[in-house]
Amino acid sequence: MRKVYMDYAATTPVDDEVLEEMRPFFQKYYGNASSIHSFGREAFDAIENARTQVGSLLFSDAEEVIFTSGGTESDNLAIKGITYLNKNKRNSKGYNIITSEIEHPAVLEACKHLEKQGFKIKFLPVDNYGLIKPSDLEDAISKDTFLVTIMFGNNEIGTIEPMKEIGEITKKHDIIFHTDAVQAVGKLDIDVKKLNIDLLSISSHKIYGPKGVGALYIKKGVKLEPLAHGGGHEKGFRSSTLNTPGIVGLGKACELGKKRMNKDIVYIKNLRDTLIKNVLKIEESYLNGHPEKRLVNNGHFRFTAIEGESLNLMLDEKGIAAATGSACSSKKLQASHVLLAIGLEPAEAHGSIRLSLGRTSSKEDVEYVSDVLPKIVQNLRNMSPLWNR
Amino acid sequence: MEDMYTEKVKEHFFHPRNVGEIKDADGFGKVGNPTCGDVMAIYIKVKDDKIIDIKFKTFGCTAAIATSSILTEMVKGKTLDEALKVTRDDVANELGGLPAIKMHCSNLAADALREAIKDFRNKQKK
Repeated sequence: MRKVYMDYAATTPVDDEVLEEMRPFFQKYYGNASSIHSFGREAFDAIENARTQVGSLLFSDAEEVIFTSGGTESDNLAIKGITYLNKNKRNSKGYNIITSEIEHPAVLEACKHLEKQGFKIKFLPVDNYGLIKPSDLEDAISKDTFLVTIMFGNNEIGTIEPMKEIGEITKKHDIIFHTDAVQAVGKLDIDVKKLNIDLLSISSHKIYGPKGVGALYIKKGVKLEPLAHGGGHEKGFRSSTLNTPGIVGLGKACELGKKRMNKDIVYIKNLRDTLIKNVLKIEESYLNGHPEKRLVNNGHFRFTAIEGESLNLMLDEKGIAAATGSACSSKKLQASHVLLAIGLEPAEAHGSIRLSLGRTSSKEDVEYVSDVLPKIVQNLRNMSPLWNR
Repeated sequence: MEDMYTEKVKEHFFHPRNVGEIKDADGFGKVGNPTCGDVMAIYIKVKDDKIIDIKFKTFGCTAAIATSSILTEMVKGKTLDEALKVTRDDVANELGGLPAIKMHCSNLAADALREAIKDFRNKQKK
């Protein structure tokens, strides 16, 4: 049976060149980067090289990059790290942190955790496409606001938030601006300086690097309270022996991401647009998210009268890997907060799936899905009491 | 995800029995709510107090479809009283178990059947 992976927004395969770059750091150059001897220096040099590679992708200086265990840790460190330096603003009148309703759980749950500790959080609403309104942000800011955290590109529906406008507002008010760019990195140009971004989270495994490693861009001069105390690694921001192979992999993934970005964008967008065109031929099918302001690899669809988990399992039986926003597939049995935030009814949210593409996707993949999906949708509709055609 | 379902659940999901509607059904029951993600409709034909035909239509997850399918097999040919004795647990057990979180929301087939039998009996009274 044909196998088609269309879940690149969940994770990506490690690129051959990345793997080759990492390989010697398991057994040959295994030193601890903090050690003074030659073994340590080899690891140290490799890590500093990776720092430059990550920095180069973001148009930042190498020393503004610190390594973490992934996107979730980067988000937590950024948000809690800023917040814990502003404890005196707790129980204030105005909002302390401004975020959006459609953030990744790593941001959303970190904010909710802080809310329980007495910090005031504004979760900005989004329009039907998933876009926040910069004027809403402006309105929510007060003298008590010390952090704005709004994602670059949404992990479910792919909507790209107005980063430039947000950065202008936070700069004007002298507020720290953090963005979770886990989904956006490598899919569009991100210049942290031009966008006035102070903190930016990235994850390695979304860009053809290994799992378990990420980075946080911390603009020069920005201070954070560390979450992990210990040996004072990463300028004290994040203690823990550095994951040399992982970091080397992330660095290489960033280098390749930069080198191939233009080619990737054209190739993936072309495939994705064909996919969208084909899927929307299905009766009563709709695209979730913004038609243009969306990550080039993201397709997110809903189908009337069917449920996403069923759809997903049937696709899986045909070898196709997709993701669903249906409650029935989540551990909490709640419809996706993103889909509800863009104004979908729970029943519509249940009937949604995400098909995300990547560098290793092919024209044949898109053709296969375009052929199989309509049949499965029809099959499930034939079973559905909500479909009366 | 897939591994949380038993082989039997998957077998019924991929090859559901008795899907459809009965145009001149003697009893019809529908339970659930699209908001929760599950709606089940059951149609029955009754003769001599026995379920001689049964069909279902279900909007919902894998568990919802599989429980509907197996329930129709379990009660076809049974008397109405026997069919009424079939519980949600019986349905789940027949499938070799369901994931705990699916037991309440997606295991509504026995409830839909009860509604269908109630509907049939109400019609008889008239």
